[in-house]
Amino acid sequence: MRTSFKKTFAAVAALVFLWSMSAASQESHIGNLTGNAKRGKALYTRYCIYCHGPEGDGRGESALYMDPKPRDFTKAVFKCRSTPSGTLPLDTDLYNTISRGVHASGMPSWKPLLRQERADLVAYVKTFSSAFQEEKPGEPVVIPAEPATTAESIKRGAELFQTMNCWSCHGKDGRGHGPSAATLADNKGNPIAPFDFTSGTQFKCGETNRDMFRDLVTGLDGTPMPSFVGAMTADQRWDVVHYIRTFATSKSHAAAKNDTVGQ
Amino acid sequence: MTKHFYSATIALAFVALSLWRPVPLAFGKPAGGGSSLKGEVKFEGNAPKPTRIDMSQDPLCTKAHPSPATTEDVVVGGNGGLENVIVYVSDGLAEHDFQPPQQAAVFEQKGCQYKPHVLALQAKQKLEIVNSDETTHNIHPSPNNNREWNMTQPHGTPLEQTFAREEIAIPVKCNVHPWMKGYIAVFKHPYFAVTDKTGHFEIKDLPPGNYTITAWQEKLGTQTQKIAVGSGEAKPLDFTFKQ
Repeated sequence: MRTSFKKTFAAVAALVFLWSMSAASQESHIGNLTGNAKRGKALYTRYCIYCHGPEGDGRGESALYMDPKPRDFTKAVFKCRSTPSGTLPLDTDLYNTISRGVHASGMPSWKPLLRQERADLVAYVKTFSSAFQEEKPGEPVVIPAEPATTAESIKRGAELFQTMNCWSCHGKDGRGHGPSAATLADNKGNPIAPFDFTSGTQFKCGETNRDMFRDLVTGLDGTPMPSFVGAMTADQRWDVVHYIRTFATSKSHAAAKNDTVGQ
Repeated sequence: MTKHFYSATIALAFVALSLWRPVPLAFGKPAGGGSSLKGEVKFEGNAPKPTRIDMSQDPLCTKAHPSPATTEDVVVGGNGGLENVIVYVSDGLAEHDFQPPQQAAVFEQKGCQYKPHVLALQAKQKLEIVNSDETTHNIHPSPNNNREWNMTQPHGTPLEQTFAREEIAIPVKCNVHPWMKGYIAVFKHPYFAVTDKTGHFEIKDLPPGNYTITAWQEKLGTQTQKIAVGSGEAKPLDFTFKQ
């Protein structure tokens, strides 16, 4: 009797372990929050399905009328990451995109949802691709302290903007009209425009200098914007950030600032 | 007794499940009969004239070409041989876990074109990417079955990547120089070859068997042939593409 009890206990423990393993792939972890895919599905069906579609492939009913197109989650390729090009994003990266929204696209900020609800959405979004079960996210980028903006750093940044061929797409005047701009397409074959740096500072993956630095390291996967990880040193990336900041006039910069207050 | 049996079965099932994973059957190449497939891929009809590429947006690219560079999507040699065709075993190999070779495959950016224009390598084999140009490139494959990455590479900086899964073939582009197009084919086995300037190829060390051989050309599509290969045989095999 006693041995039988022991064996049954072991078997039940084993089953609980297996169940928890499969449940883990249905979860997200953002700080001390644990997102749940089942709850996320209910939220997704209410808020996200119209654009991203029931299969998560970005082919919702509204997608036809949208430019840029909603993200196809089945490919597990994401623009805004803290991880290297070609790797999966962290849960917090997806959470930040949901919270922030994506400027110049149909994706709004979902800050009106509770933090727990956004965490649940992250868990559900990850279920659309098996990649999240098969692979681990990349090592997040370390962003060093930013040196002061100086006339010299801006000058060095201007030279790098030339030698790194940033101008081929973004244009020598930063307006996004470089010679290659018209040929660019995203990973779904849809035309995509390079960022016009004179239009303001509402970059897709965040507006701070640290966000810009991170974009230069990771690239925006699924778009023509590459990673500059081995191409520039950290100091050089800060130089480029400082130079890019000079494109936005004080007027458009102020306008962008007003917008983020959220009228 | 029944209780015992029941719980023991569950425990056993758990052990079996935890141990289960796709079992590699062997390592390295299977002991082959040292056979080879050798032949030529021909182009029949009027060879399309290569189109001039306008590289004027980047003087560092034009500088590399004393005479203007031309497109490489269909390259026919003087003898009618078709270059840059991938010939590979597409069916008939026994299930086997092939280890990637130690040597890296090299993909070079030179004169703002890819050398070779079509590269074939094994899954998980090291891919060494070289920028011999003075200008800065970004190398950007668009895979369906592998993870997409996109890396900037200034002159002389090292870059190494791998592809995890078979995919024939992944288009590669440079967004900075939109005329730059190439292909990287990834195989789970070592039985493939890319035709040279004269359209010739050789697949070496093939074990005896009945195979389907496919010839892939980026623009002209694919062709297949079935072939029986004996032990220690040098089997001739030719393909002809028409347009």
